[in-house]
Amino acid sequence: MKRFFKENWLVIVTGIVVGVAALLLQALGNPKNMGFCIACFERDIVGAVGLHSAEAVQYVRPEIIGIVLGSCIMALIGKEFRAQAGSSPATRFAVGALVMIGALVFLGCPLRMLLRMGGGDLNAFVGLLGFVIGALVGTIFLKKGFNLGRAYQAKKTEGFVLPVIMLVLFALALLVPSLFHVSEKGPGSMHAPVLVAFAVALVVGALAQRSRLCMAGGVRDTLMLKDPHLLWGSVAIFVVVLVGNIILGNFTAFSFLSQPIAHSNHLWNLLGMVIVGWGSVLLGGCPLRQLVLAGSGNGDSAVTVLGMMAGAALAHNLKLASGADPGLNESGEYVKYAVTTNAKVAVAMALVVLLVVSLCNVMRKKKEA
Amino acid sequence: MATVDARGYSCPVPLLMVQEEIKKTDPAELEVLIDAPCAVENIQRFAYHNGYAFQAEENGDEWTLKLTKK
Repeated sequence: MKRFFKENWLVIVTGIVVGVAALLLQALGNPKNMGFCIACFERDIVGAVGLHSAEAVQYVRPEIIGIVLGSCIMALIGKEFRAQAGSSPATRFAVGALVMIGALVFLGCPLRMLLRMGGGDLNAFVGLLGFVIGALVGTIFLKKGFNLGRAYQAKKTEGFVLPVIMLVLFALALLVPSLFHVSEKGPGSMHAPVLVAFAVALVVGALAQRSRLCMAGGVRDTLMLKDPHLLWGSVAIFVVVLVGNIILGNFTAFSFLSQPIAHSNHLWNLLGMVIVGWGSVLLGGCPLRQLVLAGSGNGDSAVTVLGMMAGAALAHNLKLASGADPGLNESGEYVKYAVTTNAKVAVAMALVVLLVVSLCNVMRKKKEA
Repeated sequence: MATVDARGYSCPVPLLMVQEEIKKTDPAELEVLIDAPCAVENIQRFAYHNGYAFQAEENGDEWTLKLTKK
């Protein structure tokens, strides 16, 4: 037991802080079950700068900026800032885009999946099943020798690219807000006060950097290495959010229906998160971890984040992103959101591309051996 | 002494390389070169749970780890 706490206390504390932070940001104005959502918030930023025109999801989310800068500061303090790049950046960009598309079909990244689970949304448990299946497939390829090649030391400036982009974005959002699109209704219009969200995210980013918190890593290491260390962080988030929602009166019951910013098309929730789990394992970390690594100087993760942002623009411009269930109609029947044909085709294509990327990089390794 | 050079690889690849080397050659001592901070912790946990003594020496931005069979 002593050994357990010695090995896992930091990741558990980080999970607890992330859970409390999510509840706090939700109470202060963020959408329900969306105290944090890396995919949704990156998508909101993409909309704010005009790269997609979905009016309901445009806002410069300070949470993303804070996580990158918090991890950057912590990496510098802890002498863990490493400017590195060169590990298949184009592949990472593409897989990052696919992960975003999968997340937006499901309506959330793995972190929001945990928050939705803790809010009683059973659709997120379907998403969890998909995420675990995806991570398992990615893990099988890792065991067969998949990797995206080594990175090399880069100039220090390379490591600061994403933190500086975030710093400039934040400064512009504060000083010249008229530059950006801002939602007047919908999820993008719902947000906690800017400086509070930024401060909370700084702490989360710093702790996530120190503890290596990663939802995909938790599932991957448990399945592949029988090492549940990172998984305890995810468990802590879920437990804290569930208990917190019950205490705060946000929780009514576990249900598939009428969940906040969620739909109940099980197959597409499942497949969307298969893409996220599989892609995240290939990339070496979930969307949160990619932000943290990019803040710690990893140029490949910075490219992945930019790929995710490109994926968000595609998802909304090509009508791949899902919407919430409309709910009860006038005659009292529950109406589900209709996942678009474009989204179904995109999910199928994404699965094929992930398979090709996985196979090609296993074969490359075999040829090199 | 057997050596695994996992510099430039991010988690979990360094640990997988260590596991592969141990499976292949079962060395009494293994030297591991890495530069990913998270890999130090992963490999330390692996060493503890698999009966290896663990030593880490930091050299600038890199580490040399030594795993010795107990």
